[in-house]
Amino acid sequence: MSSAPHFLPTGTVYGTLLNFRAEVVALAAQMTQPPYKAPPKAPVLYVKTANTWSPHGSAIAVPATVPEVEIGASIGMVIGAEGDVEGFVLMNDLSIPHASFFRPPVKFKCVDGFLGIGPVLRDAQEVADPANFLVEVRIDGELKQSIVFSQLVRPAQQLLADVGEFMTLAHGDVLMLGCDLGRPLARAGQRIDISAPGFETLSNTLVKEAA
Amino acid sequence: MKHARVIFEGREHSGTSHEFNGQQDAAVRLDDGRIVPQEQLVWLPPLAPTARPRTILALGLNYADHAKELEFKAPEEPLVFVKGQSTLIGHRQLTHRPAGVQFMHYECELAIVVGKTAKNVKRDDAYDFIGGYTVANDYAIRDYLENWYRPNLRVKNRDTCTPLGPWFVDAADVPDPMALALRTTVNGTVTQQGNTRDMIFDAPFLIAYFSRFMTLSPGDLILTGTPDGVVDCKPGDVVVTEIEHIGALVNTIDAA
Repeated sequence: MSSAPHFLPTGTVYGTLLNFRAEVVALAAQMTQPPYKAPPKAPVLYVKTANTWSPHGSAIAVPATVPEVEIGASIGMVIGAEGDVEGFVLMNDLSIPHASFFRPPVKFKCVDGFLGIGPVLRDAQEVADPANFLVEVRIDGELKQSIVFSQLVRPAQQLLADVGEFMTLAHGDVLMLGCDLGRPLARAGQRIDISAPGFETLSNTLVKEAA
Repeated sequence: MKHARVIFEGREHSGTSHEFNGQQDAAVRLDDGRIVPQEQLVWLPPLAPTARPRTILALGLNYADHAKELEFKAPEEPLVFVKGQSTLIGHRQLTHRPAGVQFMHYECELAIVVGKTAKNVKRDDAYDFIGGYTVANDYAIRDYLENWYRPNLRVKNRDTCTPLGPWFVDAADVPDPMALALRTTVNGTVTQQGNTRDMIFDAPFLIAYFSRFMTLSPGDLILTGTPDGVVDCKPGDVVVTEIEHIGALVNTIDAA
């Protein structure tokens, strides 16, 4: 085991909704109906506030009122000093399950501890194309989801460009590529492992919220 | 005390408000004792840096009259969105209006600055966790509104679009934050008026509500929403968002 401290971001962490084609297909019929009325034009982003950050290996408390949480495995692009991508990191973007995407998901996504963060930043130099990323999600050791990052609506560079059209990502900010459809559910007592070739596995255990 | 963070002669300083030529708050007394008029300073958001990126929560539709103006019924729980730190700018800076947009408006808001770590705070104790207040101008560009996580970040998280300041005012100096007059002028004409007493969800409620599911840390911000009276602003417009006892935040629109 390495004794180096686990990676934590220094900037704002942004998540991206609807950046996997299967998510868009699943919602296609609803997109033209109220309250949405039209498919999204710009990237649909949200913020994972600093109170959500859980380093690799830490326990994540599940609120007593929530039977299960949704596991949003993703990969975050970490922005470098020149506005480039300096590296990639595994993310476990937890949510309280919610069916509506009309209002910002603060109470579903900004719960204390609700973002597991991979132990090590993978240098961007090692990555030929983020479309080759393959991520697996295991709950108590059992494979629950395999995610193929060639299925993005906006591949990494296009997502960066389209977000950059309206806001500057600062050095240290993180932009997640998205979470695919079929996000598994897990409950207190379970261990979640998120792994990908070339990355050190991200593990977190869900625990009951202290009374 | 009203605290500022400014750049003067190439160096960053903290300071406090000072009168100048008989005008209250017209200058800053720098940490080295010099007294410098407002217009000679480059103003930063008046908050000390935080170890981790500060959480910036912002309320939509938190004044009954504004909710009505926007044809929404008043929300039953806070409508809240999150902003990134890099959208913040200081007093007397420029905010960019993108080319070709039809409706870009200011929002004069009382900003709560969290003073100490808050988790599961009771409403009755909430004021103990507020360090102070400042003024935020939470610009929106309505052309970009989409009904996905609305208000979406393209509307609300733009560079330069959240002026903050000029002062951080200690909570102890604001006896009743829920009875402060707000007003906005555009080129000297009053376009927005309201009072914080008309908030749907007041400061203690918000501290209690958020701290139920998220730990608030010192330096985190809650922008508490804006009353009725938002109008389109064009390049060249000087927008002053002012809150009684807190300060008058000056901003100028320019073409992006």
